Amino acid sequence: MRISAGWWAVLGLVGLPKSRWRGFAPLVRRAVKAGVWVVIGLILIRLFGVWKWSALAIAGAILVLVIPRYARATVGGYRVGRFIIPVAVLGIAISYPFWGASHGAVNPGLPQLPIFKTFPQMSTMVSMGVYAMMALGLNFVVGYAGLLDLGYVAFFAMGTYSAGWFASSQFGHQNLRIGAIGVTPGLAGFHFSIWLVLIMAGIATALIGVLIGLPTLRLRGDYLAIVTLGFGEIVPQIATNGDNLFGTGFNLTNGTGGISPIDPPGFGNWIGHHLHLPVNYLTLGTNADRAFYWTVLVLVLITIFCSARLRDSRLGRAWIAIREDEVAAAAMGVPLMRTKTWSYATGAFFGGVGGAFYASYVGAAFPDTFNFQISVVILVMVILGGMGNIWGVIFGACFLEYLDQEGLPNIGSWLNGHFGPGGSTFQVWHKTLDVPNYEYGIFGIILVIVMLTRPEGLIPSRRRAAEFHEGVHDEPLYDAAA
Amino acid sequence: MSRSYGAYVMPALATALVGGLIAVLVANFIKGPAYFTDIAFIGLTLGSLYALVALGYTLVYGILELINFAHGDVFMLGSLFAATSAVSWFGLGAHNSTGKLILAIFVSLLFAMVCCGLINATIERVAYRPLRGAPRLAPLITAIGMSFILQNVAIAWKGPGYTSVPRVLPTSNVFSTHGITYTWEKLIVLFVTVPVLIALVYLVQRTKQGKAMRATAQDRDAAAMMGIDVNSTISFTFLIAGALAGAGGLIFALYRGGQIHYDSGFRLGLIAFTAAVLGGIGNLPGAVLGALVIGFIQAFNEGLLHYMPGSDWTESIVFSILILILVFRPEGLLGERTPEGG
Repeated sequence: MRISAGWWAVLGLVGLPKSRWRGFAPLVRRAVKAGVWVVIGLILIRLFGVWKWSALAIAGAILVLVIPRYARATVGGYRVGRFIIPVAVLGIAISYPFWGASHGAVNPGLPQLPIFKTFPQMSTMVSMGVYAMMALGLNFVVGYAGLLDLGYVAFFAMGTYSAGWFASSQFGHQNLRIGAIGVTPGLAGFHFSIWLVLIMAGIATALIGVLIGLPTLRLRGDYLAIVTLGFGEIVPQIATNGDNLFGTGFNLTNGTGGISPIDPPGFGNWIGHHLHLPVNYLTLGTNADRAFYWTVLVLVLITIFCSARLRDSRLGRAWIAIREDEVAAAAMGVPLMRTKTWSYATGAFFGGVGGAFYASYVGAAFPDTFNFQISVVILVMVILGGMGNIWGVIFGACFLEYLDQEGLPNIGSWLNGHFGPGGSTFQVWHKTLDVPNYEYGIFGIILVIVMLTRPEGLIPSRRRAAEFHEGVHDEPLYDAAA
Repeated sequence: MSRSYGAYVMPALATALVGGLIAVLVANFIKGPAYFTDIAFIGLTLGSLYALVALGYTLVYGILELINFAHGDVFMLGSLFAATSAVSWFGLGAHNSTGKLILAIFVSLLFAMVCCGLINATIERVAYRPLRGAPRLAPLITAIGMSFILQNVAIAWKGPGYTSVPRVLPTSNVFSTHGITYTWEKLIVLFVTVPVLIALVYLVQRTKQGKAMRATAQDRDAAAMMGIDVNSTISFTFLIAGALAGAGGLIFALYRGGQIHYDSGFRLGLIAFTAAVLGGIGNLPGAVLGALVIGFIQAFNEGLLHYMPGSDWTESIVFSILILILVFRPEGLLGERTPEGG
């Protein structure tokens, strides 16, 4: 409220009081607003970033996307308008390797933002995709069904280790291969095609989700959060200590050594010859990241499709009913346990697929990558973007994963370059500040600020925002007179 | 169908589990009674440390029904305060004169308790109070955020590595008979925890402020109508909980010479929270009992030589207990307050 009051004061100064501003056509108002922000951005890049003329092209694309109201547009009576922006964004995403970062490096023709510096590299884009997928998976549980899951990393780990078991030489006594790509003949162990492993990992993880869910989903609210947290701690510990399970000598996870190498994805000779899809991703050299990126894009698209369709399905409406009022939902005939377990299993499925794909991308599964922090980071992605809103969650995941991979180191080097030892602006501190060290603290600050000021997230779903502001029957924590 | 199979299966399973555990313990006792007793003393010491932290969880949960995730990190900061005070300021080393030791411990204890109490009360004021009308999960998520922030405060202060504290408490024996030894180290831990616990019981049961706390925990609206300042009572509860965490931090830092890591508070906090749930969350004697049980379980698991999974699995065991308790007996061993379990 106060911020908008400030804006009105500024507008009044330039001769545009509220009444006159309201008199303009909506299109003009949107154009002026977007134009002002884009010009501010361009000035910032010109002054503090690295200027390239392509910035104007990017600015133009943003203006074209933002100003007209596409949602209402119809073609021959069909409301195709709501697809225009998603399709445009998808087109930009698909073409990113050509104009953004090609052959692993960032395109030098692009401008550099102030502080954040370069556009994300391909490897970062791949992890952004993986995390977007997992955040969408968690969104089934947290966003749709309103159950707080603090152990989502367990599903990530389960997916990763599924890939480790079925696409590597971990089980040396076995020798079974189904469509594996790029495996030397005679290599022991299970070697399944990664595409098969992705599905298997998803199903196995969903089963684990059901197993975890059945006894625990009866609990409500914070107790459920704690139980999931417990599972999130137990699963990685099994991964860490699983090289000699219970003293039997059975090597399930190879302990802290991890499972490596895990087979790469690929389509094999026949499809490669006829459809020109890559035979084996690893033989693509510097183009490998591109192939991984487009693959994860397809996976994210599938996840988005499932999210949107499930949300509008009977099951999805049941989830939202439970989120808003469990008792009323039960009274209306929604089977609580079954509905919650489905949300858990669906969320786990996508976590498992994401984990298996990530394992195949990295080529290894290590137990120390799975800790409570990862669970919370995925949760922050969902909360920052906007619980229950697919676009919000994707935005949150991409932004935070970008920060994690490149943003924070870039911010750190900018800060140190300007205010650190021998800083170019003026020296504030004497020791080089290691910003990525404070990553989780920064995420914690984001969590607290979002919860205190905008609990529905940056891009909220309208329904969720209403719940946060009008309140729901969720036994308010504290309702005495303050 | 009057009773389902579950009604018979679960008690049977629980009995089998507890029976098996007792059998293993008895077997260990027979194989080495003196060693077993030594391990039990370690369990008692650990348990009293957990009790201090668990009480903080249970106090806050009792009054706000909020799992204060940041509590473990307040405890970790407390251990850093205590270590700084005892080692850097008082210069405690391997050998200290008795007077200096007592003075150093006493001052460090006060310092850690006051600092942690203030930190905890500030967190409540800044992060939890604005969210009292919000859906229940909002303050819980905020608490996780605060936990991360406190960990990073520790990183900014002491760096991301381990902060080592030398072994400053005397390791000589209080008594040693039949191969059983009891060291001063362990006794000093009890000298710290027992008075703090007695003071807490006195505060809650006998003083006016304690009465206000109990009333607020029971029914906030009614308490407010009776003229109790609910907000300041809640702040006071956070202050007390933080002070207990500070006392626990002192023990963690000094007992056996600590290796303090920025996330050690989070780990230990989860274990202590399990203890609070085990005893029945919201129930003060329950928290102490649960903490002692968890302390014994951890000591036996890590120390005993026969039929035990070993320290690799301590956290898994503790969290399994947590899950089993929450699923099958959410009211805990002693608790009667079951807002969520039902």
